[in-house]
Amino acid sequence: MTVVSEPIPARKPNVVLQTLNRNRLSWVGVGLLALILLSAIFAPLLAPHDPLQQNILHRLEGPSPEFWLGTDSYGRDVLSRLLYGTRVSLLVGFLSVLIAMTVGSAIGIFAGYVGGMVDQVIMGLVDVMLSFPTLLLGLMVAAMLGASLENLIIAIAITETAPFVRIARAPTISAKRKEYVEAGRALGFSPLRIMGVHILPNILSDIVVVASLWMASAIRTEASLSFIGLGVQPPTPTWGGMIREGFENILSSWWLVVFPSLAILLTVLALNILGDALRDAIDPKLKGES
Amino acid sequence: MTALLDIRGLTTEFRVNGHWHAAIQDVNLSLAANETLAVVGESGSGKSVTALSALRLLPQAGARIARGEILFEGRDLAKLSQRQMAKVRGDEIAMIFQEPMTSLNPTMTVGDQIAEVLMIHRGMSHGAALKEARDLLDEVRVPDPGRRITEYPHQFSGGMRQRAMIAIALACRPKVLLADEPTTALDVTVQHQVLTLLDDLKRERGMGVIFITHNLGVVAQIADRVAVMYAGEIVETADCTRLFANPAHPYTEALLRAMPRVDRRADTLEPIPGSVPSITARPAGCHFAPRCGYVRPECGHHPALGPISGAGGSDHQARCILRAKAEEAAWTV
Repeated sequence: MTVVSEPIPARKPNVVLQTLNRNRLSWVGVGLLALILLSAIFAPLLAPHDPLQQNILHRLEGPSPEFWLGTDSYGRDVLSRLLYGTRVSLLVGFLSVLIAMTVGSAIGIFAGYVGGMVDQVIMGLVDVMLSFPTLLLGLMVAAMLGASLENLIIAIAITETAPFVRIARAPTISAKRKEYVEAGRALGFSPLRIMGVHILPNILSDIVVVASLWMASAIRTEASLSFIGLGVQPPTPTWGGMIREGFENILSSWWLVVFPSLAILLTVLALNILGDALRDAIDPKLKGES
Repeated sequence: MTALLDIRGLTTEFRVNGHWHAAIQDVNLSLAANETLAVVGESGSGKSVTALSALRLLPQAGARIARGEILFEGRDLAKLSQRQMAKVRGDEIAMIFQEPMTSLNPTMTVGDQIAEVLMIHRGMSHGAALKEARDLLDEVRVPDPGRRITEYPHQFSGGMRQRAMIAIALACRPKVLLADEPTTALDVTVQHQVLTLLDDLKRERGMGVIFITHNLGVVAQIADRVAVMYAGEIVETADCTRLFANPAHPYTEALLRAMPRVDRRADTLEPIPGSVPSITARPAGCHFAPRCGYVRPECGHHPALGPISGAGGSDHQARCILRAKAEEAAWTV
């Protein structure tokens, strides 16, 4: 047995790890995201109080050893609500991006593969969708569907489908000219199989990178919609909802607005750092650049 | 010998600036079982278009088969629907391509890619298909096939990839194999190995092989018959040995003079002046006339493909007025 004849491992996650290592900042993103994810999962264990428990004796108290981040106008613990709010934010962000990614990529691959008139019509519609500001579109859809968790996810998914159509279409057009796709047609594979089995895995990395960036946007949109009251309804704690409720007392009780805002900021920041790092790791054209 | 694949009067047109132009014109080819037919010509002569037309793989928009029949075991492929055609492709007629480096899907293991064809056309289970894939890799002489089927294309060398491509193409035991310059991207020793392999497999399975190439050395090594194409037409067809010994068409002659040979001292090769006319600017008469050293006023008429003078009992045909049998010098305008 010689070491030399050992087969090279088929998958190459080490390249991603290397790039993550080269850019130390990306570990900050990964660490932060892990922290946020853990606090969402273990919210019931971490939260010092019941997030829904009203305590009129302790309303609008500032940060103290008992209530680390203070209490709101009903005397509910801000830290506990923040931890539980993480669940909603991540759930909405993840599910809406998942839906947008699945639907958008399918449409994008279809448009890119079929081409011609079909492509032009689809891309025309996508351009119309993209010309709306995300928040406005989300507002319209959420207002039409009514405010609930499911509708919020659907509304955000709809606003974010168009970018995924674009992202999936471009690499599909270059992939369909590759010889393995032509070879697939010469072997009698159906168009559906070529799109799903031969094109999709080859363009997945492009899509995943964008997904992490758009998840940040989804979380922002969720917070914005909750802030204007079109999100998950009270008393369920959400970051946007907490800012909305704290807004009335912003001059006297700053902690009500600052801590949820920080939570949103850190989550969006972590996802953006991660998205950039993934893009650098996957895109060979950017390799070697700082 | 009855023909396995019989292409008759095939004309394929491309749309250029709103007008349809013939990329290949009135192409007749017939292929018998256990026969290798080489289609030779410069870039742009229509070799690949002929093969892609036969499998109906041309892009749906901007290309069409204008006339002609593609008879495969008596069935006209030109009349089949895309769905029916998909059943023929990869099963009864397979094709291998020029670039082994990009013809395999980089995200699938080689074993899965071979198995995929078997699962689709033969309805095999994944396990059975993988087992068959292992045997196929063994058959195309890839060493250690048991390990190789679990590897990805990037772990294969160019020659090994082309072998894997051949294994995929031959998985369903097709009756006809279209090979579009399968050895062009390989270095000479690997090229020789792949050619020998293809020849052996053809013999073992009694396949008909259409071998598209611009390399006359390759033709001499493996072809039984040769069709020379120029500017979308077949200009000469003959037995392989006869063509090399007695080229009739001036273009074939020129091609042979432009080829380096080991057995002859050649400090300079003799190029053919000019280049293949584009499909929008083909001359009205003989397409080769502008580049031909023997050109005469009669060459302004478009010649038909016919028997040459001195062909004897062979089916040696050429598309040249000067070389045609006197009594058959029929002109088509």
